[in-house]
Amino acid sequence: MISAKDFLKYLSAGTLFGFVLMKSEVVSWFRIQEMFRFDAFHMYGIIGLAIVVGLISIQIIKRRNVKDLEGNIITIPPKDPKQVTRYIVGGSLFGLGWALLGACPGPMFALLGSGITIIIVPIVAALAGTYTYGALRSKLPH
Amino acid sequence: MFEFLTQPWPWYIAGPIVGLTVPMLLIMGGKMFGISENLRHVCASCNIGNVEFFNYDWKKNGAWNLTFVLGVIFGGFLGGYIFANPEPIQLATSTVNDLRELGITDFTGFVPAELFNWEVLGSGTGLIVLVLGGFLVGFGARYAGGCTSGHAISGLSDLQLASLIAVIGFFIGGLIMTWFIYPIIL
Repeated sequence: MISAKDFLKYLSAGTLFGFVLMKSEVVSWFRIQEMFRFDAFHMYGIIGLAIVVGLISIQIIKRRNVKDLEGNIITIPPKDPKQVTRYIVGGSLFGLGWALLGACPGPMFALLGSGITIIIVPIVAALAGTYTYGALRSKLPH
Repeated sequence: MFEFLTQPWPWYIAGPIVGLTVPMLLIMGGKMFGISENLRHVCASCNIGNVEFFNYDWKKNGAWNLTFVLGVIFGGFLGGYIFANPEPIQLATSTVNDLRELGITDFTGFVPAELFNWEVLGSGTGLIVLVLGGFLVGFGARYAGGCTSGHAISGLSDLQLASLIAVIGFFIGGLIMTWFIYPIIL
């Protein structure tokens, strides 16, 4: 299923990410409120700088045809921008949930690790939401 | 060192580390950073009702990402339990005042104790926040084809127009919830 080497690689990448989510308080329901109320720069600073660093890295990877550790040239599949409905409607529904719960998927899992067990309820609800989307997919406008 | 690990990190330290997750996963194995895809992998692992959207080899496609999430949980344990910051979060005064007016009184943890506890599930508000909130996150993320990590971080880093539209959607929904719906339900 997954080699021990891959397991350790992705486990450590996830651990670092989860740790930063906690230390930067991105997992905080209150920080999300602050963001959507435009009361603090904190969340915008984190997301903004993350994009800048991601953008520079991806440009370097693309221009230099960087290979991954398995020796394959890294390619990033483009997303179809013509499916405007799915991005606006789906995105807005996600945004409603993000602000309501005060957590998006990454923070949900990090909060679980920090010992807030009640977060299992929204995780199960998110699985139900994902399943419902899968079942209704052919009937929804994209 | 212990102090650095327990105290909160400013945005200019955390932002670049979050951003580095993108090239890290690309270099590790050509993987694109995106957390909510895992919710699909879990659905695919037990595909009740044989839904077409969940008919794919989730072990082949998703094992790396599910491992990543296992790491996120462990990172949450380290950052929020072992090296937990003993001080309450330094929030903007205006946010605290607005939330006090809505009836939030406990600002000590990562989540308001009034809304995040097992007893609250018996109340309408608790069900709305935890169950409907979680449901919309899962449904919306798959409908939009990604969440904050997949669209706002990975997609915008790759200058994808689709992700920009999705992120605009995230904010439409988030602002409506924060400014118009939350004041009604709290």
